[in-house]
Amino acid sequence: MDILSAIEILVKSMLFASAPLIFTALGGVFSERSGVVNIGLEGLMVIGAFSAVVFNITFASAFGASTPWVALLVAMGIGGLFSLIHAVASITFRADHVVSGVAINFLALGLGVYLVKAWYGAGQTDKIPEPLYYQKIPLLYDIPVIGPILFNNYVTSYLAIIVAFIAWYVLFKTPFGLRLRSVGEHPLAADTMGINVYKMRYLAVVISGVLGGLGGGVYAQTITQDFSASTITGQGFIALAAVIFGKWHPVGAMGAALFFGLAQSLAIIGSSFPLLADVPNWILLSAPYVLTILALAGFIGRADAPKAIGTSYIKGKR
Amino acid sequence: MFSRAQTILIPVISVALGLLIGAVVMIASGYNPIEGYAALLKGSLGDAFYIGETIRQITPYIFAGLAVAFAFRTGLFNIGVEGQLLVGWIASVWVGLAFDLPKIIHLPLAVAAGAIAGALWAFVPGILKARLRVHEVIVTIMMNYIALHLVNYLVRYVISDEQNTTDRVPESASLKSPFFEALTEFSTMHYGIFIALAGAIIYFIILEKTSTGFELRSVGFNQNASEYAGMNVNRNIVLSMVISGAFAGLGGAMEGLGTFGYGFIHGAFSGVGFDGIAVALLGGNIAIGVVLAAALFGILKQGALIMPLESGVPTELVEIVIAIIIFFVASSYIIAYLLQRFKKGAQ
Repeated sequence: MDILSAIEILVKSMLFASAPLIFTALGGVFSERSGVVNIGLEGLMVIGAFSAVVFNITFASAFGASTPWVALLVAMGIGGLFSLIHAVASITFRADHVVSGVAINFLALGLGVYLVKAWYGAGQTDKIPEPLYYQKIPLLYDIPVIGPILFNNYVTSYLAIIVAFIAWYVLFKTPFGLRLRSVGEHPLAADTMGINVYKMRYLAVVISGVLGGLGGGVYAQTITQDFSASTITGQGFIALAAVIFGKWHPVGAMGAALFFGLAQSLAIIGSSFPLLADVPNWILLSAPYVLTILALAGFIGRADAPKAIGTSYIKGKR
Repeated sequence: MFSRAQTILIPVISVALGLLIGAVVMIASGYNPIEGYAALLKGSLGDAFYIGETIRQITPYIFAGLAVAFAFRTGLFNIGVEGQLLVGWIASVWVGLAFDLPKIIHLPLAVAAGAIAGALWAFVPGILKARLRVHEVIVTIMMNYIALHLVNYLVRYVISDEQNTTDRVPESASLKSPFFEALTEFSTMHYGIFIALAGAIIYFIILEKTSTGFELRSVGFNQNASEYAGMNVNRNIVLSMVISGAFAGLGGAMEGLGTFGYGFIHGAFSGVGFDGIAVALLGGNIAIGVVLAAALFGILKQGALIMPLESGVPTELVEIVIAIIIFFVASSYIIAYLLQRFKKGAQ
């Protein structure tokens, strides 16, 4: 295999594997920046994957080729609604954010598989009739060498990268973003300045649900193309790792997700590369997690969480 | 914060609400909830075989619950029980396969190997928390996945010869019980339940009856006050994680030496470790509470397996019920608040 085709495979599989991670990680950035820990990203992806697949199967004949895109919108909507459970429990009911997130993960998987069994009579849905496909970007595709590598991928991969920059702009360049971050750093001070802490946190969690649902929907419609208990197995937690490895910054999280996507794809296709063939694949599979621990421990730059993360804000209590 | 009556009432109400919402889900999806729950009871306690299976299911739950609860009492959240359980599982099987010893030495050695492996796996987040103030929740989650991939690698390339399962552990390292098997119409019930109950007693003694336990709990209540009183907070954090991990590793040893008798490649987590969080919360982090909660979860999980056959209800109904229970226990603030309002209204 020559160098160029090796690079082509690597870049393509990196973009392919990391798009769902980027969306979900961006959701995690919003939630955690507002002070709400979101271990439930995994569950939000599950519910997104479930909604997208069920919608795709049910309405493929009505929407034709646009089905997967409508399905993504549905996954976003249902992800947002589902995340309200986490919001109510952790913001209003003052539940431990981590515990509530664990419950979200249980509920999403339980409900998804339960409904699939109830509706389809099996633990696994059929393959979706209208998956997403590679698309060539006109003009750019014709650029020699890099054109075929960079501009013949899933559109969702480009979208993910664009959304990361939008998220950066929203969080760091708009009043809304400033308020959202202030609520996660020092809710009492934010409240004093007239910011509605509860409202901001609710919004942030719902945004994380929308993006998590989108991530799950993309994953299901590009990679697995069906839904079962084993559709989403840890991608949500990799996204969470990307949030931390990216130091709670949207573009950082995107970079981390791209890197973790690369590590994941290397674990699968690495045996075809002479240098990587001797590396046991558990090391590649574990790389995102090991790196995240090292980052947290301060070995790879300091990763500091938002100050008020994981704490419930109780109005009127000092 | 809560009165004594509330600490008992809140878990009971949560379980009741969980089952109630489970019934609503069954009705909404066109099943008969009475048939569903009847099947669940039959499948968990209906005859000797099912009772044996349920007790076997309760065994790792007790350990997972104790593991989570032990860390909770020191103010730590060990969400890594899943990974510690897996390394404990594979370590006990490995020792079981590697040595040829009389049972009286071999079995305790294999069980201890599970505990030590779990403890080592939990030592990492413990020391990172103590030395560098890294939050244990994230580290333990990451350690779960590292454990999953490492254990799968070990099973495939180190312990077995590129197989998906290891060999069975020999009789001398097995917890299998011909006596219980005969008693329960050849269920997979094994001697592990006694080790689990002993574990609960040890849990109680360490936390409630020793000065170490006093220090651990003290650190859980208030780190600054403990520091001021001359306790070594960092040492207690590491110790708490290590003991918690040892309980988790023992849970894995029960699976490796008892339930299955071998190790195998896991596509995903067994879920026992995550369920342990629910068991600990529901059991109020005390020994007897954990045992009771583990019994409840064992019944739910085991009974769920027979639900599709008997009533058509998918097994996953129980996952939904467990999730709802966790929500309500975690949101105990709102239940306590409503209870108070209810009382005021009655007066």
